[in-house]
Amino acid sequence: MAAPKIRSELRFILNGQDVSLRDVAPDHTLLDWLRLSKLLKGTKEGCAEGDCGACTVLVGRLTPSGGLVYEGVNACIRFMGSLDGCHVVTVEHVAARDGKLHPVQQAMVDYHGSQCGFCTPGFVMSLYALWMQTPNPTDQQIETALQGNLCRCTGYEPILRAARAISSYGGTEKDPLLVERDAMIARLKALKDGARVEIGEGKSRFVVPASLDDFAAVLEASTTATVVAGSTDVGLWVTKHMRDISPVVFIAGLDELKSISVAGDTVTIGAGVTYTEALKTLANHVPALGPLIERIGGQQVRNMGTIGGNIANGSPIGDTPPALIALDATLTLRKGSERRTIRLEDYFIAYGKQDRQPGEFVEAVHVPAPAAGEKFAVYKVTKRRDEDITASLGAFRLSLSADGTVTGITIAYGGMAATPKRAFAVEKALLGQKWTEATVEVAMEKYAEDYTPLTDMRATAEYRALVAKNLLLRFYTETTSGAATAQVSRYEAA
Amino acid sequence: MNKHTPDLKAEKIEGGVHASVRHDSAHKHVAGTAVYIDDITEPAGTLHAGLGLSTVAHGLLKSVDLSAVRAAPGVVDVLTYEDIPGVNDISPSGMHDDPVLAEGKVQFHGQPIFCVIAETREEARRAARLAKIEYEELPANIDIWDLDQTTHPQVFPPLTLQRGDAAAALESAPRRVKGRMRLGGQDHFYLEGQVSLAVPGEDDEVLVHCSTQGPSETQHMIAHALGVPSNAVAVEVRRMGGGFGGKETQANQCAALAAIAAKKLNRAVKVRLDRDEDMVATGKRHDFAIDYDVGFDDEGRILGIDYTFALRAGFSADLSGPVGDRALFHCDNAYFYPHVHAKSALLHTNTVSNTAFRGFGGPQGMVGAERVIDEVAFAVGKDPLEIRKLNFYDPMGVDGTRNVTPYHQKVEDCIIQRIVAELEESADYAGRRKAIQEFNANSRFIKRGLALTPVKFGISFTKTESNQAGALVHVYTDGSVHMNHGGTEMGQGLHLKVAQVVAEEFQIDLDRVKITATTTAKVPNTSPTAASSGADLNGMAAQDAARQIKDRLIDFAAEKYQIPRDQVVFLPNRVRIGNAEIAFNDLVKQAYMARIQLSAAGFYKTPKIHWDRSKGRGHAFYYYAYGAACSEVSVDTLTGEYVVERTDILHDTGRSLNKIIDIGQVEGGFIQGMGWLTTEELWWDGKGRLRTHAPSTYKIPLASDRPKIFNVNLTDWSEAYEPTVHRSKAVGEPPLPLGLAVLHALSDAVAAVADHTICPQLDAPATPECVLMAIERLKARKKG
Ligand SMILES: Cc1cc2nc3c(=O)[nH]c(=O)nc-3n(C[C@@H](O)[C@@H](O)[C@H](O)COP(=O)(O)OP(=O)(O)OC[C@H]3O[C@@H](n4cnc5c(N)ncnc54)[C@H](O)[C@@H]3O)c2cc1C
Ligand code: FES
Ligand code: FES
Repeated sequence: MAAPKIRSELRFILNGQDVSLRDVAPDHTLLDWLRLSKLLKGTKEGCAEGDCGACTVLVGRLTPSGGLVYEGVNACIRFMGSLDGCHVVTVEHVAARDGKLHPVQQAMVDYHGSQCGFCTPGFVMSLYALWMQTPNPTDQQIETALQGNLCRCTGYEPILRAARAISSYGGTEKDPLLVERDAMIARLKALKDGARVEIGEGKSRFVVPASLDDFAAVLEASTTATVVAGSTDVGLWVTKHMRDISPVVFIAGLDELKSISVAGDTVTIGAGVTYTEALKTLANHVPALGPLIERIGGQQVRNMGTIGGNIANGSPIGDTPPALIALDATLTLRKGSERRTIRLEDYFIAYGKQDRQPGEFVEAVHVPAPAAGEKFAVYKVTKRRDEDITASLGAFRLSLSADGTVTGITIAYGGMAATPKRAFAVEKALLGQKWTEATVEVAMEKYAEDYTPLTDMRATAEYRALVAKNLLLRFYTETTSGAATAQVSRYEAA
Repeated sequence: MNKHTPDLKAEKIEGGVHASVRHDSAHKHVAGTAVYIDDITEPAGTLHAGLGLSTVAHGLLKSVDLSAVRAAPGVVDVLTYEDIPGVNDISPSGMHDDPVLAEGKVQFHGQPIFCVIAETREEARRAARLAKIEYEELPANIDIWDLDQTTHPQVFPPLTLQRGDAAAALESAPRRVKGRMRLGGQDHFYLEGQVSLAVPGEDDEVLVHCSTQGPSETQHMIAHALGVPSNAVAVEVRRMGGGFGGKETQANQCAALAAIAAKKLNRAVKVRLDRDEDMVATGKRHDFAIDYDVGFDDEGRILGIDYTFALRAGFSADLSGPVGDRALFHCDNAYFYPHVHAKSALLHTNTVSNTAFRGFGGPQGMVGAERVIDEVAFAVGKDPLEIRKLNFYDPMGVDGTRNVTPYHQKVEDCIIQRIVAELEESADYAGRRKAIQEFNANSRFIKRGLALTPVKFGISFTKTESNQAGALVHVYTDGSVHMNHGGTEMGQGLHLKVAQVVAEEFQIDLDRVKITATTTAKVPNTSPTAASSGADLNGMAAQDAARQIKDRLIDFAAEKYQIPRDQVVFLPNRVRIGNAEIAFNDLVKQAYMARIQLSAAGFYKTPKIHWDRSKGRGHAFYYYAYGAACSEVSVDTLTGEYVVERTDILHDTGRSLNKIIDIGQVEGGFIQGMGWLTTEELWWDGKGRLRTHAPSTYKIPLASDRPKIFNVNLTDWSEAYEPTVHRSKAVGEPPLPLGLAVLHALSDAVAAVADHTICPQLDAPATPECVLMAIERLKARKKG
């Protein structure tokens, strides 16, 4: 491979203005840059950890197919280095130049969507992103779009009223970002020069590789570098733990890692694919994954965070690994030009330890759909329904013979052990047995052999153990007598 | 807001009292142009702070080595207690137990020990981590559940309320139940964290921009810590990004540190806490252990009751005394207790010092009362709503005997019967009760629950001297008005309401009244904006100021046009003088030419109230605000997860000054109360570390936690019994305990697993875990 051209300047567009920066630290956040360097104070800091949404801005980026999408992201955990070639839109850019409020803003005013107002710019940005894509959303769509926005004053009701009314203030056809879309695409394309961006040196250095191959080369040459995809984990290492992450390789902009392909019964998801990008295909392929993904983080986190990162991070409370393990997913790892594919289950060795070599990275995950007749479900149990980290998550895949005997069962849990982990003893108690409540009751007693969960701020060990068992009973009930009877749900089943 | 030309023919002004006007800053909120403390343009050379926090819950400071901190890049100075020029104390209670920076010992995990001042905030935060501190760890009390309340140290003298002979009534009651409830605390989670920007001035002067609910108190604390007179310190705040009680006393530490550093270094200094530090280092709503012993008859009428409300005070008194008092003041909720004995226990712990939070202990008292109602209902086998109704205070206008509170105040304005009756009807309580029974009979895993709970909330500070307020009103020669008062804006629409009162007084459109930042330099010695009193007190003070000016204008016009005073009438944007009408602006101009003073300081103090703490007697509250909520939930008995299906609320704000603002307070207060009692769990580990110190682990409600159906109404028929400002009632705190309806609906659903034969004794917060464990308890008891 020929070495790409190197550029030591970051280029993107802020609101209307072209920006090029040479002096950027690898851990410099977009929020700090906006507030401290650009003195754009409309974007607020409420938590600096991706949970409150006060810092929401839009990031417009070219899609691999040449389109331009605007998504709400958390500026507090978004690193500057990941913005090369993007269009950043802040709340200051939403009203018309003459000060006339945008429909989103006017609706928020008229429906009393703000009290203290501190959360409001973030809500405006989240609702703006929603409205651009879905001008007449359902309540479920609104609530889903607002999972990443906390408001402590209003109780949300007036914000919902505003959200429902936005389109009555004007259609998307007049929206400046949409009107100027083609021009913006041209401007952003012009920024794409195919160069590798390298900025800084020594203890403050980052690289935005030019291509997937370039990424492989960069990482092989710099094996201690921190790979950053969506930064929804790494961001907190910086803002909360003040960890040094240099040198950094930013991979969010690599089109080649953004591919989603379906071959036969298997979907292959590139490591750079965000939750938002993966949602539709995955939900088509394995319907139970749709609602699961929509309960990971908030919309902003899903717009940035990747499934690749969720896996690579190796957390015992990541939500996708147990589900994908239960589906018998495989993982392609790559180092330089070498690739290997392993079972996802084998990737997780111990707490903080994964089967990944220095210089190696996650390239893609391959997710087989359940076979015809197989039943698959995944249940996430949390303190708060949305934007909460798992206390216990169970994923189940079952096949039955014609006479109701269990011919295949795979069960994996998160939150129950130091890694995402299979429930082998439970599986064993089920396999070959009749799929009856009596069998299930026997199997429920086997959980103690598989898991010794911990007590922490999310749940006690007793609760985790009890819920884990009961989820099997829920699965049994749903597979035998219909879903609606064994779960509370906020929304009517799709 | 001065684009508008006044309509001189209008029949009504725009935006007077009782008008549903939108929040004065709404257009700025949505555009990102509303300025919060951290958004103020920083003076050149502004420095930034980072705090060094204790890593143990209780210990002596053996050595504090800050050399690496001082040597870190960008660091300008490091403050310890030795750098405090005045007194190292910001105790609001006079107990001298709240150091600005720890001195010799640390008393909770997260207590500030030192404060780094650096060129950037990031440098300060990074440097703060480099300290080498050795502790001699001492035993620490974290939880209160197992403490001996009779011997354990208390941070402030406790209170006892007593009326009648509770012990004898309990002895002779046909039925009796005793129990204990665990009730969690709550983090304020104001979206804007604690922040102060201090700008040094000449001599001993300093100006501090501070996100505080109590600018005067902040000013006095800063002066105390700096060792300068109060007149050297000005504290200013235009708006807060939320307060909820968390910026009443808790704003003072950042303010004092910023001021001390600014004066020492003669540069502007900003102290802004990181969210996690904020949650670890600043106080919260008190959690309680509530003991109750209730005697009642076979109908479920309460005869005698004994309560102990023990609270986790934390390491210092702060406001724990008065918070405990208010819990006792509300241990009756809306119920008459013929014989009552209730006491508080303000237990010292090695945790952050708990503080004011919307309701100020009142909601905790009401949670105790409602648990007792549940116990009685299960004991006599009736719907809890029946027991509630049976025990209400006598309604207003009935000259009965069931109308005296445990603190010997007569309840004269009770309208809870009518509110509950209307809500029962509009929410179809009876119909849904039946439907739920049928649903539960046919549903194995999902159980539904329903509850309707009342609220009666006492309005006034119990500290009598706090019930005063000042305002300053200027009328400029063009007829535009500048309004200032002692209250602070934290989103509740206080400035708007007070401006409406001023507009009404002058009969000018609201946009002629300029809202300005609260500052101690304009209105001195103000009370914190708390106890729901903001509009009641400041509205009256501003009205007084406006009236003084108006009186002078009337005198002037009467004299000038030689007509009786009563022929000078303020009409919308104009004044009728005899038979002629002139624009308000013109009258003002003429008055100015005639050298009439067009500025006035207004004042108000609440009449009637008095309170003798040592006797536990008094007219503690000027009046009561009422409300009720009805909630329905679905509970998954396999996991404890739940959904709030529907909530209906009917709430009383008297003759509302601004309905739309009040409805916002009710909606928001309910959701906040619901959060407190459901998913908001504070969790300390064995070492006294708060582990739920971030929004990732501390879960306040989201949009998707709202009731699926949410109907909120204000009583359109009520008005304050006392002559409050335009007969409106306070609305800040009273709606919060409406959230109890959700806790009790959950309890009702849990009870379904044992056919409503066993009281679930559901503690709070009723997280899914807490709900599931209650279900398991009931199932086990039903079996065995
Ligand atoms: C507010 C909030 C809520 C959240 N809620 C949930 C939740 O409900 N459920 C859940 O499971 N998670 C949740 N998360 C975490 C989740 O967003 C992450 O785990 C995410 O999936 C990680 O992806 P990323 O692209 O952001 O990774 P990054 O943060 O960029 O990286 C994470 C880790 O993976 C490594 N990495 C990333 N990509 C690669 C690669 N291709 N090859 C090798 N290493 C790589 C990084 O070096 C780093 O170690 C939440 C996070 C936040 C901030
Ligand atoms: S500041 Fe809270 S999500 Fe960014
Ligand atoms: S309006 Fe105050 S946090 Fe939303």
